[in-house]
Amino acid sequence: MTAPVAKISRKSHHDMKSIAKVKTGISGLDEITFGGLPKGRPTLVCGGPGCGKTLMAMEFIVRGIDLYNEPGVFMSFEEKSAELIANVTSLGFDLDKLQKEKQLKLDYVHVDKSEIEETGEYDLEGLFIRIGHAIDSIGAKRIVLDTIENLFLGLDNQGLLRAELRRLFQWLKEKNVTAIITGEKGEGSLTRNGLEEYVSDCVILLDHRIINQVSTRRLRIIKYRGSTHGTNEYPFLIDNEGISVLPITSLKLDRNVSSQRISTGIPSLDKMFGGKGFFRGSGILISGTAGTGKTSIAASFAAETCRRKERCTYFAFEESPQQIIRNMKSIGVDLDQYVKKNLLEFHAFRPGLHGLEMHLTGMYNLVKKFKPSAVILDPISNLASVGLTSEVNSMLLRLLDLLHADGVTVMMTSLIKNDMVEENVSSLMDSWILVKDVELNGERNRALYVMKSRGMEHSKEVREFMITSEGLKLIDVYRQEGNVLLGAAREARQKQLETELTKTQARRSKIKKVKR
Amino acid sequence: MEMEYSWELRLYVAGQTPKSVTAFTNLKKYCETHLKGQYRIEVIDLLVQPQLAEGDQILAIPTLVRKVPEPIRKIIGDLSNEEKVLVGLDIRPVK
Repeated sequence: MTAPVAKISRKSHHDMKSIAKVKTGISGLDEITFGGLPKGRPTLVCGGPGCGKTLMAMEFIVRGIDLYNEPGVFMSFEEKSAELIANVTSLGFDLDKLQKEKQLKLDYVHVDKSEIEETGEYDLEGLFIRIGHAIDSIGAKRIVLDTIENLFLGLDNQGLLRAELRRLFQWLKEKNVTAIITGEKGEGSLTRNGLEEYVSDCVILLDHRIINQVSTRRLRIIKYRGSTHGTNEYPFLIDNEGISVLPITSLKLDRNVSSQRISTGIPSLDKMFGGKGFFRGSGILISGTAGTGKTSIAASFAAETCRRKERCTYFAFEESPQQIIRNMKSIGVDLDQYVKKNLLEFHAFRPGLHGLEMHLTGMYNLVKKFKPSAVILDPISNLASVGLTSEVNSMLLRLLDLLHADGVTVMMTSLIKNDMVEENVSSLMDSWILVKDVELNGERNRALYVMKSRGMEHSKEVREFMITSEGLKLIDVYRQEGNVLLGAAREARQKQLETELTKTQARRSKIKKVKR
Repeated sequence: MEMEYSWELRLYVAGQTPKSVTAFTNLKKYCETHLKGQYRIEVIDLLVQPQLAEGDQILAIPTLVRKVPEPIRKIIGDLSNEEKVLVGLDIRPVK
């Protein structure tokens, strides 16, 4: 039905040898395209309504000006210039200023079928001249046509339009401007009018879907002629600083590891880890049943990190920062002072706020900005409410990989029910501490043990774990008939041993006296 | 002083292409027939004045714009169909 595209294809094959690329400046996009968009060629960005096409295109232009000193033209076929300016002000883009500085040219192309009568032959030379004039007036290196498909609504002669569009894209290549063409997703095709047939060097598909009432934005590079590119779907986030795409982690396991040890913040717990604590940059899982003190352990670790004058980011999915600060004060851990010193940063939100991918991207962005040496996620079990276990695990794996790559120590807490154990997550972690409720002889006691700790000596004992007003404490082990005693039984045994000890001592001194 | 015409028409072209020439010839013919003495045609060559394309929202070449009387109307193409042009410009044919 549509005219052949052979002519263009042949030409692009011709100069395929090495592809020069232009950095978009959009966080993460340049990584997954291995360097940016094809220089001097058009790239198609397509997707459904509200998927972020216009924003991505606008950010491409603005970042080009800000970061790479490349002036840009934004031809809008949809929104008026004033609307565009207003829409991106919230992202801190001052288009008015850029226009005045002759860095940016906004041009609104109005197409209204009701105003136009067609009779006889015509071509779109007027549009060409207009675009050419806009490019030349500021020496533009980048251009956006958003959404040129609207021409199809305004003009009757579709055959002519197609031929002219093909000519336009070819002409843009000759002008050597890097272009983004946006297109609305059509039914069964990438764009409503098959633009992908004309713009074939690089095609990026944006997607905004709702799963379980939670929205997730994703991006995929469908095609990148003459270049390798990431082929997965990448989650991306639109926040107050624009778009950020989170690249998947490298599949290689070759991160740098540190053999430096850091304290857990609980001296008696350090002892269980050979007296030195965790490895810096490792992953630590604290799992336990409800009310066993997981948050307390995490808070102690956070306080310890800050005490060393290092930064710590605390992601709370259950309690508010104020709640945590208040509760921890009762056990002698003062987090407030570190928040005031800007060493500790709390981010509390309900997991249901976003999809998992958004959480991942959002959290990574926050970490990148604050640059903490330790990150706490409390508790990861709450994330299960937003996604399937496999999705949660893959998200946590990616987050861990990203943070580890930056040498950040990650501590996660996890609520377990009954004796169910999260094998999947735990296998990703380097150290795993389990806190349990033990009900015996009519009382509840907490028991803590180290399930594993890679690459170090660690205690295999079950220790009684106490939360006191001076912090967390592990009680020395008291055994009787092969069992570790807890609570009242332990106290009784302790007493018993003490009396025995005094008795023995008394006996010894008696013997000594007799000997003498 | 410039004379006030009740019909002010603007024809946008890009160089002397056959389509532009045809459009101008056609337009001149219709005007002479139906609007004699009441019209003025201004031809704008966008190759010479590209900055003018934005103001009248010109995409196609040739484009005829009726500036006066208002509202503004546009006709694109070489104006080969007389009836369509007259309807488009809202000109009542003489007789």
